[in-house]
Amino acid sequence: MIAALLRRDLGLLLPGGRGGAGVLPLLFFLAVAMLYPFAVGPEPRLLARTGGGVIWVAALLAAILPLERLVAGDLEAGVFDQLHLRGVAEELAMAVRLLAHWLAFAPLLLLATLPAAALLNLSGEATRTVLLGLFAGTPGLAAVGLAVAALTASLRGGAALAGLMVIPLALPVLVFGAGALARPDPGALLFTAAISLGLCALAPFAAGAAIRAAREV
Amino acid sequence: MQARLAARDIACRRGERLLFRGLSFECARGDALHLAGANGIGKSSLIRILAGLLRPFAGTVEREGAIGLVEERLALDENLPLGRALAFWERLDGCLAPDGALDTLDLGALIDVPVRYLSTGQRKRAALARLLNRNCPVWLLDEPLNGLDSTAQRAFEALVAQHCAAGGIAVVASHQALALPSPRTIALAEYAA
Repeated sequence: MIAALLRRDLGLLLPGGRGGAGVLPLLFFLAVAMLYPFAVGPEPRLLARTGGGVIWVAALLAAILPLERLVAGDLEAGVFDQLHLRGVAEELAMAVRLLAHWLAFAPLLLLATLPAAALLNLSGEATRTVLLGLFAGTPGLAAVGLAVAALTASLRGGAALAGLMVIPLALPVLVFGAGALARPDPGALLFTAAISLGLCALAPFAAGAAIRAAREV
Repeated sequence: MQARLAARDIACRRGERLLFRGLSFECARGDALHLAGANGIGKSSLIRILAGLLRPFAGTVEREGAIGLVEERLALDENLPLGRALAFWERLDGCLAPDGALDTLDLGALIDVPVRYLSTGQRKRAALARLLNRNCPVWLLDEPLNGLDSTAQRAFEALVAQHCAAGGIAVVASHQALALPSPRTIALAEYAA
């Protein structure tokens, strides 16, 4: 049952999948990395010092883009109602969707970090830290995104609101993930991973409750 | 096949409005029930309450047996061909021979057509095909006749008769007249608050 759910969710969310717009977040991410040197000037030391942070901000914004079609479509189509009748708890459906959402955007984002790091003149060491940080932090971003997408799914204009709501909730991930660039020890990375895991544990419950609440509206 | 559906003293409130109250009935194996009433009287809400998707304002619902729901919302992926969209639910429902339902509902020629291109009646038939393949004892159908042509309507009534004869329960909410096997009708207007 979980395999069937995951297969459907991946078909929906993966780039080239039928949800469409799958590679847009990625292009957006690269576009930010490309625009930044044009805006602040090509001074290599400045770019190397600030580039890691820019990649993190771009990753956070790119994580917001796919939220619109993450939950709302299935909620409107009544998919969660039909799953409920088959004994699939909303929490389980949301946990599977969280996994599919992460798989659909994080691995490609990590790949795109390499050209972005080159554009921003990051050293090998800094690139490694950014990659590890994003690997630890993207599950948290996906979790926050999922919970917010479910909360706003039944609202009109929910997508824009979702974007605004994700930003403060994702702040801890950003602070520690990007903060890892400034210090040599792995503490910040581990903290990012810890926050991520905590968010991943909470998000399916929050999102499931949001879907149940949307039925009563 | 165990099947029972009992509602006791159900009241339904949507927003600030009490739609109906004091509604009780009991369905045993083989019963067909027609919920009749004008638009907006609460037929769809009652179906959702019976399905357990909506909490009644008062009263309780007892269910025995798996529930199959057909409502206005299709819950099929619009961009997929009909066959593949239905296949997801067939996997979940553990249905091994889905073609029988497609033939019964005359959908065989449409399996390669994306769901978004289907007409209203064809969409309704697709939802009924999923219901048949679910093979569940309790049917909750919300306006199943909408968009069906007269041939499909008769085919639908035959399906309900067959289901009830096999010991299933069918609750049909519809503002239209229906030829159901053992015609029991609840007019929701009698319970309006």
